[in-house]
Amino acid sequence: MLVGGFARSEDHWLMQAQTLFEKLWQAHVVDEDDEGNCLLYVDRHLVYEVTSPQAFEGLREAGRQPWRPETVIATPDHNVPTRERAQGITDPLSRAQIEQLGRNCADYGITHFGLGDRRQGVIHVIGPEQGATLPGMTVVAGDSHTSTHGAFAALAFGVGTSEVEHVLATQCLWARRMRSMLVRVEGALPAGVGAKDLILAIIGRIGTAGANGCAIEFGGSTIRSLSMESRMTLCNMAIEAGARVGLVAVDDVTIDYLAGRPLAPSGDLWERAVTHWRTLRSDEGAPFDRVVDIDASSLLPMVTWGTSPEMVAPIDGRVPDPAQEANPVRRAAIAHALDYMGLTAGTPMTEIAPDKVFIGSCTNARIEDLRAAAAVLRGRRIASSIRQALVVPGSGLVKAQAEAEGLDRVFVEAGFEWREPGCSMCLGMNEDRLAPGERCASTSNRNFEGRQGAGGRTHLVSPVMAAAAAVAGHFTDWSANMASVGLTEGAR
Amino acid sequence: MDAFTTLHALAAPLERSNVDTDAILPKQFMKSIRRSGFGPNLFDAWRYLDTGHPGQDPAQRQPNPAFLLNQAPYRDAQILLARENFGCGSSREHAVWALKDFGFRAVIAPSFADIFHGNCLKNGLLPVTLDAATVDALFQAAGAGVRLRIDLAAQTVAPDGGVPIPFRIDAAAKERLLSGLDEIELTLQRAARIREYEALHRHNEPWLFAQ
Repeated sequence: MLVGGFARSEDHWLMQAQTLFEKLWQAHVVDEDDEGNCLLYVDRHLVYEVTSPQAFEGLREAGRQPWRPETVIATPDHNVPTRERAQGITDPLSRAQIEQLGRNCADYGITHFGLGDRRQGVIHVIGPEQGATLPGMTVVAGDSHTSTHGAFAALAFGVGTSEVEHVLATQCLWARRMRSMLVRVEGALPAGVGAKDLILAIIGRIGTAGANGCAIEFGGSTIRSLSMESRMTLCNMAIEAGARVGLVAVDDVTIDYLAGRPLAPSGDLWERAVTHWRTLRSDEGAPFDRVVDIDASSLLPMVTWGTSPEMVAPIDGRVPDPAQEANPVRRAAIAHALDYMGLTAGTPMTEIAPDKVFIGSCTNARIEDLRAAAAVLRGRRIASSIRQALVVPGSGLVKAQAEAEGLDRVFVEAGFEWREPGCSMCLGMNEDRLAPGERCASTSNRNFEGRQGAGGRTHLVSPVMAAAAAVAGHFTDWSANMASVGLTEGAR
Repeated sequence: MDAFTTLHALAAPLERSNVDTDAILPKQFMKSIRRSGFGPNLFDAWRYLDTGHPGQDPAQRQPNPAFLLNQAPYRDAQILLARENFGCGSSREHAVWALKDFGFRAVIAPSFADIFHGNCLKNGLLPVTLDAATVDALFQAAGAGVRLRIDLAAQTVAPDGGVPIPFRIDAAAKERLLSGLDEIELTLQRAARIREYEALHRHNEPWLFAQ
């Protein structure tokens, strides 16, 4: 139980049903100003090479030390090569940035999983994998997809570099309470429809700014039936609906995932922690500012057609016609997107043919994602029209696990390239990127103009759809084949 | 941080909603380990006809004449007028550094993405949120080359010859912008409070301190 003095509205707190968000927030308020700005304590800070060098430089210039360096875990991910690592990094700018991260971590006593470490990988994959992300924590990183960690009922959100420095120096950051949104999902996901399709459908419904200023809690029976990997996929893309925070309540699935992880507590502390973690759910009747209901059983596999994640359609849909849009700003946005994407209004989604396929990213590069894609690819070959198909595992440990299961051979025999872990073609900071005009079926999270390479055209899809499109040469509803590949339950 | 008090400047009307930070500063320029030097690559993919990469001589680039910031008088604008959900997507503060390095001191929009909004406040780039109809009117004024006057202390924006329009801003953020104070220093003044909290937190959730 919290002791008074820190929880300002203590009486209110004891009497009213609380949302999970409110519980997590209250438990981390160090101080609060008259304006309602809260100084929040940070339990876990994940750091990578791109958004941290200026923060460490600031720390150094001011002669400050990290407040609790043992809470920080660092790894290079955004800008790392995904092949021929033994040869080192050829791009001098990338090399300098990655070496700087290693130096900064050494200087300040920060745990660092470098390129040679099998624990290296995408920060949002390795945090949970190591048990570095635990329920009830606050987790921050200089990356918007930090919302991923909310799948563990951790209050996790992305920050800018100034805040990275602030958290390093003070273990805290200033923030304002978010509004709360409950996305309640009921019904069984149809075969071939998974967490990625679900979150794309949600974003399509509420829009890319639909949850600005909000923390989204994903609840309902469908969510309870999802694996941790699927819950992470959902929370990961909460930011694509504008929410800095995505959350899922703790249940047995959460506890089972964490048991035995290297940084998870053990023995008596584990028992005490689990008892506490089980309280991390919204109380019955807790008030949400907004509730959105989704019927999972009616969903289809989703494919984006535009340059914002909200520009999405089910696989039986068609590319929209801007002339049908009444709002002039939105009409212009659709027309502009179709022009950029090289698409014609009215084209069936199943007639869109990618040139490249990318399976990876903090959204979909966990073992479950690789298993789902491999199940589609087993015994099949990618279409001759596919120029390149990449699989980039989320971490060295995911890669090792996949290899132990023989998934690497399935991918390679199907015509995919099996790479080293990193963010890779999700954002194309390294050499994995699209050429101008190239079209990609991508399991990543953003289809912004130029995101995967200048002039590149991104279609966001699930791992199953990416694999199916690689085989068919165009987007296709694979669900009829799902039973035959052993993926009868879409989510798992 | 640079302080912000008043600004009298031209506003560039960027007619697009959901402008993301990948568009504001493409990823290939984020390999820099410094905070400065991003201005030449602001809106790179829209601003130039050739593909941008780090280390290019800006004088050798091919500006896209159709892009707003390549057109007189807007290449000298210090205020950016934008549409809904400006700055969505990636948390990269590099987007704010690029806007500032180009010469912008304020962005006016009907709404901002949350992380971008916070990043602006940390860097003395004033984010002004006004209702959509007011922003529409400012787009018209800016299109006609009318300058805007922003007074942070008074919390107003006024087109030349027009009535001041009030805007809201968090009082603490306003104070920091006006003074340019170092936020970390201000927080460290509460170090005793942080330690007090930490002791309680350790008591309540000791497994978070077991590492």
